[in-house]
Amino acid sequence: MTFDERLRNVSVIGAAGKMGSGIALLLAQEMAKQKLKPENKNVPYRLNLIDVNDVALDGLQTYLKGQLIKAGEKTTVLLRDLYKNREDLVENYDVIAAFVDDAMSLFRLGTDLGMAKNSHIIFEAVVEDKNIKVDLLKKLDQLTGKDAVYFTNTSSIPINVLNREANLGGRIIGFHFYNPPAVQKLAELIAADQTKPELKEMSLELAKRLRKTIVPSNDIAGFIGNGHFLRDGLHAIREAKKLADEYTLPGAIYIMNKVSQDLLVRPMGIFQLIDYVGVNVYQCISETVSGYIKGENLKDDLLAKMIQKKVLGGQRADGSQKDGFLKYEKGRPAGVYDLEKSEYKMFDPSGWSGEIDKKLGDYPKGIVPWRNLLMDPKKDEKLTVYFKNLNASNTLGAKLAKAYLKNSKEIGEFLVKSGVAKSAQDVNNVLLNGFYHLYGPINDYI
Amino acid sequence: MKKLRKPVYATAGYNTVSFGSGRKEFNPKKPRPGLEEYITEAGKGVIAQINDVNNIDEGIISNFMAARFNRQGNLAAMIPMIHPSLEYKPCTRVEGACGSGGLGLYTSVKSILSDVSDVVLTIGVEVQNTVKAVYGADILAGAGHYRTERKEGHVYFFPAKFSDRAGACYDKFGYDYMRKGMAHWYVHAITNARKNPKAQEYHNTIEDLLAAGMTPPNPNVFCEHINVYDCSKVSDGASALIFASEEGLKKIGIDKKYAIEVVGWGQSQADISKKPEEPTRLTTTRRSVEKAYEMSGLGPKDIGVLEVHDCFTIGGLLHLEATGVVGYGEGAAFVAEGKTAMDGEMPTNPTGGLVGFGHYTGGTGTRQAVDLVHQLTGKAGDCQVKINSNRPYGMLISMGGNDRTVTCMIFRRAA
Ligand SMILES: NC(=O)c1ccc[n+]([C@@H]2O[C@H](COP(=O)([O-])OP(=O)(O)OC[C@H]3O[C@@H](n4cnc5c(N)ncnc54)[C@H](O)[C@@H]3O)[C@@H](O)[C@H]2O)c1
Repeated sequence: MTFDERLRNVSVIGAAGKMGSGIALLLAQEMAKQKLKPENKNVPYRLNLIDVNDVALDGLQTYLKGQLIKAGEKTTVLLRDLYKNREDLVENYDVIAAFVDDAMSLFRLGTDLGMAKNSHIIFEAVVEDKNIKVDLLKKLDQLTGKDAVYFTNTSSIPINVLNREANLGGRIIGFHFYNPPAVQKLAELIAADQTKPELKEMSLELAKRLRKTIVPSNDIAGFIGNGHFLRDGLHAIREAKKLADEYTLPGAIYIMNKVSQDLLVRPMGIFQLIDYVGVNVYQCISETVSGYIKGENLKDDLLAKMIQKKVLGGQRADGSQKDGFLKYEKGRPAGVYDLEKSEYKMFDPSGWSGEIDKKLGDYPKGIVPWRNLLMDPKKDEKLTVYFKNLNASNTLGAKLAKAYLKNSKEIGEFLVKSGVAKSAQDVNNVLLNGFYHLYGPINDYI
Repeated sequence: MKKLRKPVYATAGYNTVSFGSGRKEFNPKKPRPGLEEYITEAGKGVIAQINDVNNIDEGIISNFMAARFNRQGNLAAMIPMIHPSLEYKPCTRVEGACGSGGLGLYTSVKSILSDVSDVVLTIGVEVQNTVKAVYGADILAGAGHYRTERKEGHVYFFPAKFSDRAGACYDKFGYDYMRKGMAHWYVHAITNARKNPKAQEYHNTIEDLLAAGMTPPNPNVFCEHINVYDCSKVSDGASALIFASEEGLKKIGIDKKYAIEVVGWGQSQADISKKPEEPTRLTTTRRSVEKAYEMSGLGPKDIGVLEVHDCFTIGGLLHLEATGVVGYGEGAAFVAEGKTAMDGEMPTNPTGGLVGFGHYTGGTGTRQAVDLVHQLTGKAGDCQVKINSNRPYGMLISMGGNDRTVTCMIFRRAA
């Protein structure tokens, strides 16, 4: 069976979730394009969107429609060409509406796993729980008669474990999209030892069709992206605890967030990133990875304490940021959580946070915010100058930043040494494309 | 061509801000004024300059596509919204795509000449930021021929039409030469617009305008031969002024020194179902200009200030050539040498033109007439051009579609 034939009947399990809905959107666009080819005129195409949450499935339909319209508006040149033989479709509006209709007609939404029966490609994006995933994969494989291939989106469970426990005989591969899947260019590809070579080829073809950049990662829990993120975050949490005596814990979290954003020239501070991903999701990654990796402490009780207080971060349905370690006003950090008082301590530039800013010291010369450097063709030169000045500086902020950079580099090198990544380049690629860093962690800046 | 049987004057002009992206206060997510607000603001702006609104005999309103941009027809019925005393006055809406404004001027002049009215309130309006650009392009494509052109046409139909003209000019006169001329047109337009608080590009902060204008066209993102700086933007706005007879001027209490006089015009219509004869020339425009010169007995050397329809920078250059101010193929050099500047050989579009001021399509011709009222009566503020007594005339060209519906009109100060 060719890849194109497989693409005629695809299922996404966990389709109403954050990742599942984005994957569904990407697949719908590609499948609609296939369906519109003259040679596929009478071929039925199906995209089964399955989730246990019926209410969320209702929202999914509306969400996908809205997103497909936007996608159509951005690719109208292509759509005008796709529909050039349809005399009745003349204006941009006509072709966009037709495309949305054609894509929507692919969908079958429901809670019944049986809908996946005739699928040859199945995307799995349910909650990050090994037992649920294994159970699900087993059921699916019985339904589909051992023909389907599985793309799992797991962030931290080894693919070998899923393959073995669900008894899939190598018909599974990790295709790890980043959030949100429709926007992020990166996907990590993780093969289990037994993964069939055809499936690897299919994955590369799929990545091309969905316009994703693939970075291969070895099947070691956490893979490259979360392997770095998890340890990077733990470094910040542990540094914060050390600083807490002098600056209180909220003050210390404020410091580490600020240092990791401003002085490391990253898109957001580390605690903001943990909030973005979700404190509970981060905790879940920490637990899962800890279960597979021995001899390294990858847990911290601060996470459990936050979760106990139901301070979870993550995003609302409209994409806005929920409060976590930090409190957000108009999408920007405006306060920091005080565990002892169970309330947010608002930033106060003329009070406590201003005092801390002073103690962090002046920023080294040549510092430029991440946003301003993003599109700057001279960004490498500017970063070189800035980091040279950072190295020469001995303020509290500079010391913390240097230790942070050093740790991040060590994590990167460890990922290569321990065989998670094939090369330093792969590690850097993940951080550049999946986390929008301006420079890879393995660098000569420090 | 017949001579005017009696003098016709224009006066009491008013432009609203040309609103849209580029203006600091523009936020596509926030509610904005609609047709009603723009028409009323412009109309009231005129009324404030005359002694008594009751002396207005008639209203003319120019608009292109409110039926689609705003789902509103019957625009003449919006004129009485300006003032209760306009209720039951005769009103007419005219349409000729982006040349609607020019047709409004022409219609107003005819009404005065026929002795039907002594005082005509002429308004032009368009509110286009109601839809996303990709759908706005569909609506504006209505200026071309739907049946024979739209299906094969580009997503951005009109930009692509002028991109084709630019491509033909590249072939004929060389890419570098033309590109430079078009980029200088952009620089020129923005430089003038920055002096005009009502211009859409008033807040433009681009440091290196020439570099922006020189951006190589990228067909993957936009059109084959033009870049986004070559295009006028999507605008909301309205303009209004009075056309009056001698007696009309007296009735509304306006001194002749605040009025300008129509000395000639030309209006030409090309067949919408036919392709332009020659992509490197605007032949219909040329016809209209020739008619206006013939009627007034004037030529390019008599014109002291020019308002041309630069919906695209290439259109600006071709218009310049169609006026005879420069020869065929010489527009690019003329602009690059600074000769269209406010203190140049032929001051052109001193308030920014369509690229700089903005382009509320159906109201642009009206806006050009308002600006000539200001220029020729010395009321153009920071955009004022020095009008020499040896060439005291101002000329405007209002164009609809791909050189299909074109009005040219020439004025001079009335006293
Ligand atoms: N959120 C991220 O940033 C991110 C990034 C990369 C990968 N991932 C991974 O993607 C997967 C999904 O994560 P998410 O963030 O989209 O989670 P989510 O909670 O938003 O979505 C999970 C969805 O799965 C559904 N579900 C749960 N059990 C199910 C079952 N048995 N059958 C069918 N549907 C079921 C839920 O109703 C929910 O809609 C996880 O494996 C996660 O590790 C997440």
